[in-house]
This record gives sequence, C-alpha cells and structure tokens, in this order.
Amino acid sequence: MTAPVYSVEDLVIDLYTPSVSVRAVDGASFQVRPGETLAIVGESGSGKTVMTLGPLGLLPEGVAVDLKGLARADGRDLLRLSPGDLSALRGGFFGVIFQDPMSALNPMLKIGPQLARQAQLYAGLSAEAARREAVSLLARSGIPDPEDRYDRYPHELSGGMLQRAMIALALAARPRVLIADEPTTALDATVQAQILALIRQIQQEDGIAVVLITHDIGAVSVLADRVIVLYAGQIAEEGTAIDVLTAPAHPYTRGLLASVPDFRSEIASGTREIPGIPPNQAQLMPGCRFAERCDRVQPACHSHRPRLQTITRGEVPHRVACPVIIAAEGIATHD
Amino acid sequence: MTESHAIEAKSLKVHFQTSAGLVRAVDGVDLAIPKGAFHGIVGESGCGKTTLARAIVGLQSATEGQVTILGRDRADWARADRKGFARSVQFIFQDPLGSMSRRQTVGQTLEEPLLIHGLGNAAARKARLAELLDLVALPATVLDRLPRSLSGGQRQRVSIARALALNPQVLICDEPLSALDVSVRAQIVNLFARLQAQLGLTIVIVAHDLAIVREVCSSVTVMYLGRVAEQGGTRPLFADPAHPYSQALLSAVPSPDPRIEAVRPRILLEGDPPSPRNPPPGCRFSSRCPLVEAQCRVLEPDLRRVQHGGLAACHLAHAQSHAVI
Repeated sequence: MTAPVYSVEDLVIDLYTPSVSVRAVDGASFQVRPGETLAIVGESGSGKTVMTLGPLGLLPEGVAVDLKGLARADGRDLLRLSPGDLSALRGGFFGVIFQDPMSALNPMLKIGPQLARQAQLYAGLSAEAARREAVSLLARSGIPDPEDRYDRYPHELSGGMLQRAMIALALAARPRVLIADEPTTALDATVQAQILALIRQIQQEDGIAVVLITHDIGAVSVLADRVIVLYAGQIAEEGTAIDVLTAPAHPYTRGLLASVPDFRSEIASGTREIPGIPPNQAQLMPGCRFAERCDRVQPACHSHRPRLQTITRGEVPHRVACPVIIAAEGIATHD
Repeated sequence: MTESHAIEAKSLKVHFQTSAGLVRAVDGVDLAIPKGAFHGIVGESGCGKTTLARAIVGLQSATEGQVTILGRDRADWARADRKGFARSVQFIFQDPLGSMSRRQTVGQTLEEPLLIHGLGNAAARKARLAELLDLVALPATVLDRLPRSLSGGQRQRVSIARALALNPQVLICDEPLSALDVSVRAQIVNLFARLQAQLGLTIVIVAHDLAIVREVCSSVTVMYLGRVAEQGGTRPLFADPAHPYSQALLSAVPSPDPRIEAVRPRILLEGDPPSPRNPPPGCRFSSRCPLVEAQCRVLEPDLRRVQHGGLAACHLAHAQSHAVI
C-alpha cells in the first residue's frame, strides 16, 4: 500500500468566539493516499469542515482557533509551520474547491489569468506555458470554447460553468491533494451529476488524493473509496465506502443511512428517522455524544467515551466507536 | 372544473419584467390536483416551481390564466372572503425563521391566527395550542420560547403547526425540507405523511429531493423552464419516465448504494438549463435533449397521455411508447 499523502493524528480543534468555546474536533485521526477518495460525512455542526480545513489554516475569520495533534503533508507538520510556509504549502500541495465558486474566484479578474497565475506561481510554468495550461485546464474541466472563456469575468459564466472554473483553478497548481468542501450542495441535480463525474475523471487521470467533505450520501456513493462518519466532532465509524454504506455498524451511521431513501429500491424504506437533534458542542457530556439520540443506548454510554475499535468487514479493517453494538452483535475486534 | 379537484390551474403564466428583460417564470401551466393528494412539484432552479406554488395561493399575481381551489375561483374567493380563504388554504415557507416574527414566542405565533379569526375563548385557544403541538410532536415547553432559540427542525414544526391552526383543507409548501439536515429531514417528511393521512389534507410540496418525493408523494409534476414537462402518479412515472428531461433528472440522482452506483449507466446532460429570460424555441428542452429531432426545435409540444398513465410534453412520447435516452 502506498504511503499516505496527507495524514492527521489525534487532532483536537477548539474554537473560541467572544461568547462561546466549542470543541469542534475531538481527537480525530485520518489519512488519505494518492489516487484515493476519502469522504468525510456528517451533518451541519459535526465538525467535518473544521477538521479538514482547520489544519490548512482555512477557517472563518473572527474565530480564535486552537489546534493540537499532528497533520503531516509533504514531510512536514502543518500545525507547526509559520503562516507564510503554510500558505506556500497550501497553494501548491492542496487544491480546495468550495461550495460557492465565488469564494475562490476573484470577481474583478478574468477567469483565465487567475488560472495562469496559479500555474506560474506553484507549478513553476513560464507565462506562455501557464496560459496554455490555463486553456487546457478549462477544456479539461468541461468548459466549452475555453479560448473564449479565458477572457471572461466570473459573472459572465453560469453556476455550473463557474463550478468547473473553480475546479480548474484548484488544479492549476497541480496539487497532490484536492479537498472538495460540499462541491455539489448548491447545484441542481443534473449539474451535480456532471460535477461529480468531472471530479472522478480528474482523479482517475491525475491519481491525486481527494478529500470530499459532504452530507450528501449520494455524492459519497458516487465518488468515495473510503468513508469517515463524523458525529459532534468525533469519528463514529470509518471503513470502505461499500462497507460503511451497505453494512454500517454504528447506530448513528445506521440511522443516517435509514433516513436517506433510495428510489431505485423496490422496498419502500419508509424514511426512518433519528429522534432529537445533534448536541450543543459548547456543553458536551463526558460519554458518547450520540447517546441522547441512540436507540441502543446503555447506562455506561452516558459516562464512558467509546474508543474506535477495529473490526473486519470483508477483507478490510473497519473502525467503529460503539462497544454496545460490538458486544451485542458479537463482532470480533482486532485491538 | 371538477368537484374532485382540490387545485386546478389553467394556462397559468407569471412573467416578471426585469432590467435584463422579461422573465417567463411560469409560462403556460395546466395542473389538476385531486382532493386528498400528496403532490410533489420538482425541477431545477429557474424551472418556476416556487413561482407556481406562490401563484396558486396568490402570493404572486398571475400574468394570465386561472387558478381554481376547492371548486372556487381563487382570485374571486380571496377577494370576497379573505378570511374564509385563509382558513381553507395555507402556505408554508422554505425558511421558517423568515416567516415568523422574531419577537413573538411560539405560543403567540400559534395563537395569532386563532385570534384573528376569532376562534374560541382563551381556554379553547389554549386547548387548541396543546392539540397543535401534539400534532407536530413538540413539547409544551416550546410555547414560551422565541423562534431563534429553536433548532431548524423545531422551527419547521412550529410553522407547520401554525399553518394547521385553522384546520385548512389545502396546504402548499415551498421547499420545507431543504434547510434541514438529513436526519431531521426524515422526521419532517414523516410528519407530513402522518398529517396528510390523519387530517385528510391535500398537500402540495415543492421539492428538489426526488428520493423524498418518491417516498411520500402520490403524484408529481416535473417542471422545466416554466412549463410542465411531465406529470403523473409518482411510482409509475419514476419507474418509466416518458419525457427525456425526467429521464435525465432521475438518472442524475445517485443511489446511496455504491454497488449500484458502480454499474449504473448514467445520463449526463450537456450544459446548464437555459435562462427563463430566453427559452429556446419549440420544446424548451430541445437545446439539451440528446434525442432532439427537427420538429422539436420549432414546435412546442403539448401535454399528451403517455404509457405510465400520466402526461408528458414530448413529441417522441405516445400512449403506447416513448423514446428513451
């Protein structure tokens, strides 16, 4: 197995605003390898975006952040880099695509020169080569008539085309890791399908690692090799996409998937629901964070934080943070 | 006009004059929704689904055409008997916070329609409030709270309870689920399904989540650029859509099962939907349709009966067969 291109260990992220402090990420570890797509799945407030973008220094302004743990990329620990070094690494090593293309593109500049500048800065191309690269990236991203679009301003493009231009921008620096933060949430179904197909095609052609942050199980199903399910800042379950989506072990994952209907299935799934709402992370209890909403809850769940245990599903290890399920279903563990 | 229909729209048009030109948001829609139906209106941004829902209840005035609700002309009814109309027909907004007063407690919000319509004395209103909370499964403790202190799901429950306060027969909801998290969305979907069965309501829901529409809606309208592309019973239509746009739209929804996703052939349309300012001539889908023929670019197709028993606006769809992408 190839070495991870990006790995995070025991990450703890505390966020402070003037009124509250929140432990947004509480001891998460993950890694992603070249050519692999890792999906980080969770609902709003689960910490999925903070966990992935936090180590890169990409968090909203006005929030004080305290990061602990390790985040390794390119032989360095991101958490110990100076802001200047982190910015340089972020530009070339990581490409990020956001939900809103206008958070990445400068509205005052033409599309093509923005891409060419990235290619010049981070991929070390000459001005002439960078221009050619920009046109070819626009073409690769499925933008018709790229020569013409090179000289257009962002506002002249439709939503789907802007999303493609942002993907081209993220690729211009030839990143090793592409982070996609809810890349399809704001898009219509038919455009969503186009963008997911594009991300998959780029990943297959370039063999880069993709980290997909999403709440959309459908997008996970299309793109992901592996999945991490995050609940209230803690990893509930981790495994291959097929195992997690078709044979989930954690009660939260089971509940989440049961609340997503599949209209291709002939069985009416009846849209089962998880009662209650996610906990307020400013006032967390000591035990399992899902305990309040869990249908398998035991008294110990309220006081003991469950640790991730490795189980085997098929050929591959799978990690689950629920001793109740492991005991009740007689699942063998490896650690 | 048929007595069995809760809602009928005929040649409904809603056009907006903007600085960039005339927007044909709804451009000739015919619709007939039977009493007791749970009807979904689906389509992508700019297809006119929200404008259609708003025009049905009169939140948006129509440029042309007529809407009949419960057998009465909607415009006449609302003009002659505003309160009677409000008692029968209610609307639920996408953003519950934006549709409530931030300074009113939940109790005040729910009691207001009862006061306006002079229903019951203080004791009867209190009892009705308890009943309403029970219907939407909210605890009595929310009565003293302000909307902002509630979760998104709780707020949507409050706005549903408020809409039910006057015992309406028709409920029209504009994307009531889209602001909610997945696990909470299922709670609200189930609530709608239960209320519909329990109270015998006619519910029209504007939605973009097709899997949820298939779960709860008995019938569905697929819109494209201001027109109805296809209409019919949800299950037969989803099983065998006759309009190429419906085929592409349904194909675009991924299965949550990656084993299915790995082998499933997908239809990928080229480009984005055109602007409703400038719809293509002929069939509106002709500029993106993989099956387009010469006639499609000049002749706008009418809705016709198709194989699944519903209607589709496609030159290539017939009662016995239809083209498949």
